[in-house]
Amino acid sequence: MSELLDGIKQAFWLIVTLDADLVEITLRSLQVTLSALLIACLIALPLAAILSVRRFPFRRITIAVLNALMGLPPVVVGLIVYVFLSRSGPFGVLGLLFTPTAMIIAQVIIIVPLIASIAHQSLRDLWAEYHDLLISMNTTQGQRIKTLLWDSRRALLTAALAGFGRGIGEVGAIMVVGGNIDHATRVLTTAIALETGKGNFALALGLGFVLIALAIAVNLTIHWLSHTEREGRW
Amino acid sequence: MSELFPLDVTAAQVRRRGKVLVGPVDLTLKAGGVTIVIGPNGSGKTSLLKMLHGIVRLNKGSVKWACGTEEAQKRQAFVFQTPVMLRRTVLENLIYPLRLLHVPKTQARVQAAEWANRIGLGDAITRQATVLSGGERQKLALARALIRKPDLLFLDEPCASLDGRAMREIEAILHGAAANGTRIIMSTHDMGQAKRLASEVIFILHGKVHEFGSAGGFFDLPETPQARAFLNGDIVD
Ligand SMILES: Nc1ncnc2c1ncn2[C@@H]1O[C@H](COP(=O)(O)OP(=O)(O)OP(=O)(O)O)[C@@H](O)[C@H]1O
Ligand SMILES: [Mg+2]
Repeated sequence: MSELLDGIKQAFWLIVTLDADLVEITLRSLQVTLSALLIACLIALPLAAILSVRRFPFRRITIAVLNALMGLPPVVVGLIVYVFLSRSGPFGVLGLLFTPTAMIIAQVIIIVPLIASIAHQSLRDLWAEYHDLLISMNTTQGQRIKTLLWDSRRALLTAALAGFGRGIGEVGAIMVVGGNIDHATRVLTTAIALETGKGNFALALGLGFVLIALAIAVNLTIHWLSHTEREGRW
Repeated sequence: MSELFPLDVTAAQVRRRGKVLVGPVDLTLKAGGVTIVIGPNGSGKTSLLKMLHGIVRLNKGSVKWACGTEEAQKRQAFVFQTPVMLRRTVLENLIYPLRLLHVPKTQARVQAAEWANRIGLGDAITRQATVLSGGERQKLALARALIRKPDLLFLDEPCASLDGRAMREIEAILHGAAANGTRIIMSTHDMGQAKRLASEVIFILHGKVHEFGSAGGFFDLPETPQARAFLNGDIVD
């Protein structure tokens, strides 16, 4: 129990003193996950919209696969990305292993299915509602996709938040492809794993609280933004 | 611009899950006037209108427009029995079809605001369309269809949930559109309204066109016992 209290104290001091290491790994956590999130959204949202609007062979199978990929174990994703990026792998020449870029790649693979799945559910429902109207108005495929994405933007935001949550708290994949190298690829989750292993429970807990605070702060910010928009002040 | 009409429907049929929703229908519609589709619940009015509009797949037969299908589709609009509201404000619902036609933003706004005033929603332009009442939705859906200046307007029971006053407002708008040369094909349950608007009548029963002719003839002297029974408000089968 005292460790919990110590952890809170540690977290408090780390934050108020703006500990240089803490700031560095926090910013790296944000940089990696937000980049991954941005790229994942650019892939997952159009994909989800196309899956809703277009009829093509294997559509059902694609959706089933996407749903199954949601449960992909991050460590395995990390391992596969590792093999591809390692010196002897097909992308070895790029020298990406143990860089933040490798971590971003792994996280993109992990969160794309999650975002696409959640987004697809709400886009499909909206499409059922809009179907007759948009067909009647003689819209192009592109216009339909644009309309669906725009009119379900709040649900898509929730999908993106879920992706962010999964990414920021993920440790298995980025540990494998990033290597948890100090001042290079260390992020909050890998630092927590390291400190726990060393027996520094208080510090590990402190970092954990920072991580939780970060996740809550991002959620609140985005909810506040969407609320502002609802009131029409955006 | 070439002519939309005559519309030639030949042995057209729509089937879903083994059930014939409408057809086979043989029908020729000429330019001008208001065609009213009447018939009991479930007789296939909605299916017929959607089939003519081209948003349900035909299983048999053909629907041929004088100017060709592709051209024809651009020149028609449809107001659904249950109006579909875009999850946007009233004004944005009206702007939407104009933006599809690449009308510049400011111009689209002006036109949309004009229409909002015309249907009595001038004070509600910033409200979400999804919170409107049933009658307000009907009016908005009608305005959103007419704002594109279609040559042909389909309406599927546009006055089903309207009170007498709102019904008159809509009829006035429809009269205006018809006077401006918009061809109207509309279904209704209200015989008073059918008599006020119709120039010709399609009486549909069990998915088939049971009677088709000028409004005067139909209402004064229906040819079939089923049509007579329907007009008397009796049960038809
Ligand atoms: N997609 C569908 N699949 C199966 N049956 C359908 C489908 N759409 C309509 N039907 C059936 O086809 C028949 C005709 O329906 P339609 O909606 O055209 O009737 P309607 O004349 O418009 O009725 P109402 O006056 O109640 O609006 C009904 O029996 C209906 O249940
Ligand atoms: Mg109907």
